[in-house]
Formats: sequence, structure tokens, C-alpha cells
Amino acid sequence: MKIIQNIGLLLVILAILIFTAMLGIGYNKMEISDLNLENEDHQTAIIEAAQGEAFFGEELSSIAFISKYKSILKKASNQLNENWSNGPIKGKEEWTYKLQDWQISKYVESSIASTADGPVQRNPLLFLGLTFGLAILGGLLYIIPLFNEHEGIKHNGIYHNPLTRGLKVNVRSLFLFGGFFAILVWGFFKLQNLFWPLVTIAVAGIITALVFVKDKSKGQDPQRSASPIDTGWLGIIAGTYLIGFYILLYWAPSYIQNWIDMVDPVSRMLSGGEASQWFLYGLMYSVIVLVMGIRMFTKYQHNKYQKVRTASVIFFQLAFAFLIPEILVRMNQPWFDFKNIWPLDYDFFYKYNLDNLMSSGGLGVFMLVWGIILIIVGIPLMTYFMGKRWYCSWVCGCGGLAETMGDPFRQLSDKSMRAWKYERYIIHGVLAFAVIMTAMVLIHYFTGRSTLLGMNVENVKSWYGFFIGAGFSGVVGTGFYPLMGNRVWCRFGCPLAAYLGIVQRFQSRFRITTNGGQCISCGNCSTYCEMGIDVRSYAQKGQDIVRSSCVGCGVCSAVCPRGVLRLENGSGDVGTRTEELRTIHISESEVGIL
Amino acid sequence: MKHIVIIGNGISGITTARWVRKLSDHKITVISSETDHFFSRTALMYIYMGHMRYEDTKPYEDWFWDKNRIELKKAHVNFIDFDQKQLQLDDGSSFSYDKLVLALGSKSNKFGWPGQDLNGVGGLYHYQDLEQMEVYSNGLKRAVIVGGGLIGIEMAEMFHSRHIPVTMLVREDSYWSNVLPSEESKMINNHIIKNGIDLRLGVNLGEIKDGGTGTANAVVVKESGEEIPCGYVGLTAGVSPNIGWLIESGLDIGRGIKVNEYLETNIADVYAIGDCAEQQSPQPGRRPIEAIWYTGRIMGETVAYNICGKPVKYNPGLWFNSAKFIDIEYQVYGEVPAKIRDGMTTLFWKHHDNEKSIRINYDTDSRAVLGFNLFGIRYRHEVCEKWILEKTHIEEVLTHLGMANFDPEFYKQYEQNLIDQYNEQTGSSVTLKTKRGLNKVLAFLKS
Ligand SMILES: Cc1cc2nc3c(=O)[nH]c(=O)nc-3n(C[C@H](O)[C@H](O)[C@H](O)COP(=O)(O)OP(=O)(O)OC[C@H]3O[C@@H](n4cnc5c(N)ncnc54)[C@H](O)[C@@H]3O)c2cc1C
Ligand code: SF4
Repeated sequence: MKIIQNIGLLLVILAILIFTAMLGIGYNKMEISDLNLENEDHQTAIIEAAQGEAFFGEELSSIAFISKYKSILKKASNQLNENWSNGPIKGKEEWTYKLQDWQISKYVESSIASTADGPVQRNPLLFLGLTFGLAILGGLLYIIPLFNEHEGIKHNGIYHNPLTRGLKVNVRSLFLFGGFFAILVWGFFKLQNLFWPLVTIAVAGIITALVFVKDKSKGQDPQRSASPIDTGWLGIIAGTYLIGFYILLYWAPSYIQNWIDMVDPVSRMLSGGEASQWFLYGLMYSVIVLVMGIRMFTKYQHNKYQKVRTASVIFFQLAFAFLIPEILVRMNQPWFDFKNIWPLDYDFFYKYNLDNLMSSGGLGVFMLVWGIILIIVGIPLMTYFMGKRWYCSWVCGCGGLAETMGDPFRQLSDKSMRAWKYERYIIHGVLAFAVIMTAMVLIHYFTGRSTLLGMNVENVKSWYGFFIGAGFSGVVGTGFYPLMGNRVWCRFGCPLAAYLGIVQRFQSRFRITTNGGQCISCGNCSTYCEMGIDVRSYAQKGQDIVRSSCVGCGVCSAVCPRGVLRLENGSGDVGTRTEELRTIHISESEVGIL
Repeated sequence: MKHIVIIGNGISGITTARWVRKLSDHKITVISSETDHFFSRTALMYIYMGHMRYEDTKPYEDWFWDKNRIELKKAHVNFIDFDQKQLQLDDGSSFSYDKLVLALGSKSNKFGWPGQDLNGVGGLYHYQDLEQMEVYSNGLKRAVIVGGGLIGIEMAEMFHSRHIPVTMLVREDSYWSNVLPSEESKMINNHIIKNGIDLRLGVNLGEIKDGGTGTANAVVVKESGEEIPCGYVGLTAGVSPNIGWLIESGLDIGRGIKVNEYLETNIADVYAIGDCAEQQSPQPGRRPIEAIWYTGRIMGETVAYNICGKPVKYNPGLWFNSAKFIDIEYQVYGEVPAKIRDGMTTLFWKHHDNEKSIRINYDTDSRAVLGFNLFGIRYRHEVCEKWILEKTHIEEVLTHLGMANFDPEFYKQYEQNLIDQYNEQTGSSVTLKTKRGLNKVLAFLKS
């Protein structure tokens, strides 16, 4: 059994190595005839600039190709600028004549797919087998034997394992702040805009000040209560790899053309169209949720709640997030994920999306109405009846990944009071950002006003997309699994979770009930709470747990060795769920007067 | 403002400190020699098994104490001068108090076995015991555990989690059979064996052998003379109050420190609580010394009221408890003796997987329910307690038994099976009317 599992592990590692190595193989080759730009001025300038350079017709590695092509485009751009500065050219407009920076990026990006060639492009299915295939096979070889184990809690050795033991607080802080500033600097270079990075730093400063000054967290150093044990080196490697993956995926897809070409046949089979980086991501995501979901079935053989919930997230990921949208495209309908809800789906109200839906006939209009109904009626109603868990740990894609691939890391969430304070400011801040941005987008849509309070809509949108949409939810949200637990995004960032949480906290039948006086304060519940809720602090007082962040994963209840916790819904006491301490041992009436 | 000094930073001492702070402005000092901060002893096993770190077992963050003006001192108290109201600490300093709370906890029992003080022999009570276990675990070929109580099985599970072979020597003929009814006890025997633990029933420890270096290297079974080679011996034959050093001190001491129902000792301004306290007149259905978590917590709260001039009697309420035997959870509410006493009828149902069971005891004449025993199934504390305190008729309880069920959503419910059993046993025709669900419970508890 152990041997089979080890073979499985080896296969997974091999698959990851091949996957990584794939980025270094093959070449890009561009012929002059491949350059078919609509803009003739650009076309001629580029061909001119390339003269004397070993570029057209050459086989170059993707890195060399991109840098060479960029420098040629830059040269062409300078030439065009110079031409124009000698006096306007008859019959031309300055803004079409000149070659702008953003066009340079666009030209590079759009040239990659058609010029890439090599073993991957010739044998995409072979590589698909060597990466996805081997990883799935290895994963299953590792996971399936686990069905033979005794039923029960499977947490032995988690804190002895270099992958899952977590980081010392100061090492973690280093990663966190390093990551934060790196993303801001990157944003500055990418968007050529200093304003938003500065605003972000200012907001971060305000939040920190609120936590430290208003909530007087200064003396409450979580470091003092945190782990002195070694940092898990494998966790750092895994986290760094994931962060790297997301950076390439979001901000430098030109370098991962081989990965995209590898999944191209699958895309053509499903939607008929060619694969993009998003198709690659969707396919990987679905496969991971499926395989790691099977792992959840082995881990929680004894727990039907976990099994049903995991089946649900797998289903919603495979069907709603992956297959249905591709099939819609095949039927010439808009790509649409029926379970993705604004403000998580932050571009739902963007003009292109509204226009696209409204010009797509009855189905498009239905999608629009469906999306709006979910926001206004669906969320409050469903959350009233069963808490935000109906979405966060049953339906949502981010939640789906967190509950499957992220499950081995759930214990790494920070339980300190200070983390909770940060959480509340940051997540509600992101919600406010999303609402303001969407309001601006809609005002622009209906009135045509593109600036509001001195801010340009396009700028706000691009910063939100960059910083929140990609940086926070992707790079930090998933990259930080092995560093800060599997729900960093859901806990600190997701504006939809914030909205669901407000409903759950104030108007919902959901709570985690505490079973009288049975709690022995052992701390399993808090340790395994992925949202960093200190469940024990409620349970040991005999108080029910009503927290806006609780996603209702049910793991606290599963790991509690004394049967203290139960997730349940009840309408009898919606208003007083938070107040009641049902097991105060001494009531005032029992106290005698001296 | 008085100076309240508490010796012991376990659940009872800390609960006292917290409640004194809630109720008053007194100066509070907690002295303990075990760890800097309060941690949950009940979670020791999870640290060893890698489920949690030591830090995760601390119920309060380290800044909590400053913020609530509770002073912590890490030192051992060697001597108490009750006349001068002074403590002498192991660092040579002395310390005065106005009111003193003794929350000293327990220590592992040792019954004078030959070899019991060798290296590689230890109990599991203090944090230091865990550190010892850790030292000997490296390369350990076999551990022998002496004693089959709650801590014994925890220790077995700990070694087992690291794939270290374990032998358990249990004096009784069946696991924990002095507390558990025999059906349940047998179920746990099975479960222990199923987990690959070498369970020896009805045997005693003869002697622990010295490998020549002052370290244990084998255990001899008294009955058979069999020698079991091992690298570690766990002594888990119960615990007793940790009060050896107070015997000549003038305190009234029996097995523990004797206290009245206000938790006062025979000496003015000195209280004793938690594992180390012995009730002079325990409440009906309760034992004089109860070394369990929640009684320590209740005593801590009670003593705080008494210290702050609001006298209130210690009242632990109806007996309940819980534990976990490897993967089988256990809960008990009310009266469930190992042997059914006269005038008591028992209703017992066991799942064929041999890992779940429900037992309800009731009075043979009045048919009022007396106790619940649950294995592998969770029941609600407050609902069971209310039924028992109100002497509810067994058929009424069975009719609404679903209310008691506390298992997670989607779990199969076995109340119907128990009712079928009852109907068969008595010829009645009770039907299950209330299933699991919170709304009914809320209404019931309010009524
Ligand atoms: C492994 C294990 C598992 C358990 N599981 C459960 C369970 O599941 N359910 C349950 O109900 N109970 C359980 N218990 C029992 C429960 O933990 C105890 O009843 C409880 O911890 C007792 O608390 P206490 O405050 O009375 O004493 P303790 O927690 O023992 O605290 C006493 C403290 O005082 C210190 N001290 C003593 N003398 C001195 C001195 N002279 N100077 C300075 N310091 C001193 C000790 O070092 C100790 O730190 C378990 C116990 C163990 C060991
Ligand atoms: S896991 Fe259960 S017993 Fe342990 S602290 Fe949490 S609620 Fe209490």
C-alpha cells in the first residue's frame, strides 16, 4: 500500500517537473508574412526596424523572442515618434500613427500563439498526458488507498510535516509585506501609474493605524503567542511556486504559451475555439478540485456532511464553472458562469459584459436578470435560511479550491485577535471599493460621464482588476495557501463574502450550537478553522458561534473530540443567537447576600 | 483591594482569576511551576500527535493576562506559612497573600512497582511528561502502557499515531469496566484491538526491568511472568491530588484538601478547588474528588464569587462527562453505572458496526429516565439534563428522542432503532414523533 502511494507521489512530482520544464522547450519563429497588422504605418515601421536584426525567420526561445520583438517594436515606435515630430503627416492622425506602449504589449502578446512551435505544438496530447495525466494518475494512486484506512480524524503529523506545519510569524510577515510591496511595484510598472499604488499604501496605512490605535492592538502581539517551531521549508517552496504560477498566468501569459497549446485540443473539443490562459486555468482548477475532492472523501469517510458538501463543490466547479460556459460558447452564446455573483464577479456590470449579454438574445437577457436576482434576492434569502455556507463552502469556485486543494493547509490561518481586526477592516474596505467602482461603471454606462471625483473610470477599473482581481484573489489568495492557510482571499478579501457575512451576522437562522458544558478547551476547533475564528473562545463559555466570516465548512464540528459543536439552522431565536450564554453556571439568583 | 494569590494555572486556577477580575478590582497573582501560561492539559495528546502545537492549546493569547491585570509568576511554592499568610518560593523569595486559592491539580499514581522510578518510565499529566515521551519516542520499538483508563488509551493512541507498537496492560477483564457497562466496554476492547494495539486484559504489572543503564528495557507481567521488551513504560493507573507537600501543614487533608460547599478549607482565607479538592459533603450522585475539566471550571467560578463576598455553594449539577476512545466518541449524562443497580432498567441498542450505541437507563417503577450513555453518537447536554431533572417518562423521552440528537447534518439517525428495541423489550408501541432539529429544541428548553 505504502509503495503504491509513494509511486503516486513520485508521479505527481514528475508531472510537476515536466510541467515546469515545458516552459523552456520549443521556439518562436516569425516570418515577415506572419506580420499582418491592420495599421500599415506600424507594419512598415516594424519591418524597417527589424532590418539587420536576426529576427524574422529565426528560431528563438520564447524569452529571447519576446525581448527581441519588444526591442524592435520600441525601435519602430521611436522612429514613428521622430517622423511625427518633424511635422504632422498629411492624411494621418497622431494617435493612429504613433505606436503606443500598450500597443507594443498587445502586439507581442498576440504574436506569441501563432509563432510558437516545437515539441509541445506538435504533440500536445503527449504533453497533456505527461503533465495532467501523470498528475491525475499519481494523485489517485496516492489517494485511493486511503479509503482503506480506519474512519476518523486524519490529522496525525500535520505539524511534523514540512509542507503543512506553517511559518514562524516573523517569516510569514516577511512574505506578506514583501508580497504586498512587490505587487504594488509591479502595478506601477505595468499600469504606468503611481497614483493607485500610493492610494493603496495610504489605505493600508489607515487600516494598520485603525488596528493599532483604535483597537489598541499594540501590546497584543500575536507573535508572543505564536509558534516557535521551525518554518516548514516545503511550504515555502510550494507557496513560492504557486505565487510564481499566478504571476505568469495573470501578468505574463506570453511566457506560458506551451501550457496553453498543450490544452488546446481539449478546448477545441469542448467549445470549438482555441485555448487561452483562462481555459488552461479552468481546466487545471477543475482537475485539482476533482482529485483533491476525492481526497476529501477519503479523509471524511465517517462524515456525511463533508461528503455531501465536497460533492457539491466538485459538481459546481465541473459543471457550472467549467463545462457549461464552454458549451455555451460552442452554441454561440456568451461565456457565462451562472453561479458567479457580483461583487466577486466584479466585471459583471462592465459595459462590454452588459452589451454582450443584451445583444445575445433571450438567453443573454436571462443571464443578466439571473445575475441581478441572485444579488438582490438570492443572497439574502438563501443566507437567511442556511447561512453563507450555501455559497462559500458548497457552490463557490474559490471556496471549492480552498476546501479541496487547500484542505491540508487549513490549520495555518491566524487565530489572533489582531488578525481578526485586520480582517474586518480589509474585507469591508474591498467591498466598499467594489461598490464604488461598480457605481462609477454604471454611471458611466448610463450617463457617459467617465470621471467622477476626479477619478477616471478606466483607471479605477484597471487598478481593481490588477490589485484585487488578480493580485489579491489569485497571487495572494492561492499562493499563500501554504503560508497563511487556505482562505486568505475568502477571509480578508472577498467582497461577496463580506456581503454574505453581513447578512449572516445580522439576519440568519444559521449558527454553530455549543453543546452545554462539554467543551474541554482543547483547541482542535480553533486550530482547524480555516477562517481563523477562535471557535474555542465561544465553545468554552457555552456560547453559540455567530460570526460573519464563518463559511460553515463544518470541520470544527468534525474535529471536536467531545461532540461540542453542531452547525444548524433555527428560526426560533434569530435575533438573540449572539447574546445567549446558555451555560452560565452561576446566576445572580443563586448568589446569597452577606 | 486585596491580594488574591492562586497556586496553579490550570483550568480551575485560571477560571478563578478570570472571575475575580470580572467581579472585582483585587490584585491577582497566579503562581505555577509548570508552564508560563495556561494551556489545555486535555490537549496534550494532540501536541504529540502533530494535530496542534503547544501554542494552539493555550485558550487565551499571551497578552490577555496583562490586559486583564492578572499577574503570572513561574515558580514553585515550597512552603506555606498560614499564620503569616506567606508563601515561600523555590527561588528563595517569599510572597504574601490576603486570600489564597489552592488549585494544585493531580499527579500520576505510582503504586510502588519495582522499577517505577527508572528513566523511560512516566505518566502523562504535566507538560514535562510530554517532553519526556518525546525524548524516548525517537527510534522507540515498543511502548508498554500500564493502566486502562482514559489517559491510558490516550497514550496508546499517541504512540500508535507514530506507528510505534503499543502493549496495554489492563488490570480489569475488560477496558475501563469499573465505569463502563460491559457492552460498551467490550465495544472499546474491540476498537482498541482493531487499531492494532496489543491489549492485555486481566493482567498486572509485576516489575519494570532496568537495562543496566538506569533505563527501562522490559516489563514483566505479574500473572504470567512474561517479559515484554520495550523502550518506554507509561504509567496511567489513575491520578491523585498533588498535595504531598501539604500533609503536615495544618490543612485538613484526606485524599485531597478537604473543603466545605463554599470551597473553604479549615484555614481562614484559604480555598481549594479543582482536582486537588475533596468535598466533605458531595452532592448526591457526585464523588468527593472529581478530577475532570468542567468541575474545575465550575469550582473556579464559584470560589471567585465567594472571594468577592458573594457567597454561593458549589453546585456541579447533574453528572455528565465525555471522552474519546481513539475514534469512538463517548458522552454520558446522568446515572449510568457499570452494573445496573436494583430498581433500574436499561435500554441498550448497538449498531452492527460495533462502534455506535445508545443506552438509556430509567427507573423501573416510575419509568423516569435516569441516564444516557452514547458511543459514536452525539446527544445534546441540555435536553438530556432537562429530561432527567424533570423525571420525564421514558416513553415521552423516546417519542421526542430526536430532539436530543446532536450529530452533524445528514448523519443517519438511530433513534428509531432504539425505539424498536424498546417496543420489542416491553411490548409497547412508542412511535418517534420528533426528529433532529433545533427549533423544537429551542421551544422545549424554553418551556
Ligand atoms: C492527558 C489528560 C487528558 C485529560 N482529558 C480530560 C478530558 O477529556 N475531560 C476531562 O474532563 N478531564 C480531562 N483530564 C483531566 C483534567 O485535565 C484535569 O481535571 C484538570 O486539568 C485539572 O485542573 P486543575 O486546574 O485542577 O489542575 P492542573 O491543571 O493540574 O493545574 C495545577 C497546576 O498547579 C501547578 N502546581 C501544583 N503544585 C504547585 C506548587 N507547589 N507550586 C507551583 N505550582 C504548582 C501544577 O504544576 C499545575 O500546573 C485530562 C487530564 C490529562 C492529564
Ligand atoms: S474542539 Fe470541542 S472540546 Fe475542543 S475546544 Fe473546540 S469545542 Fe471545545
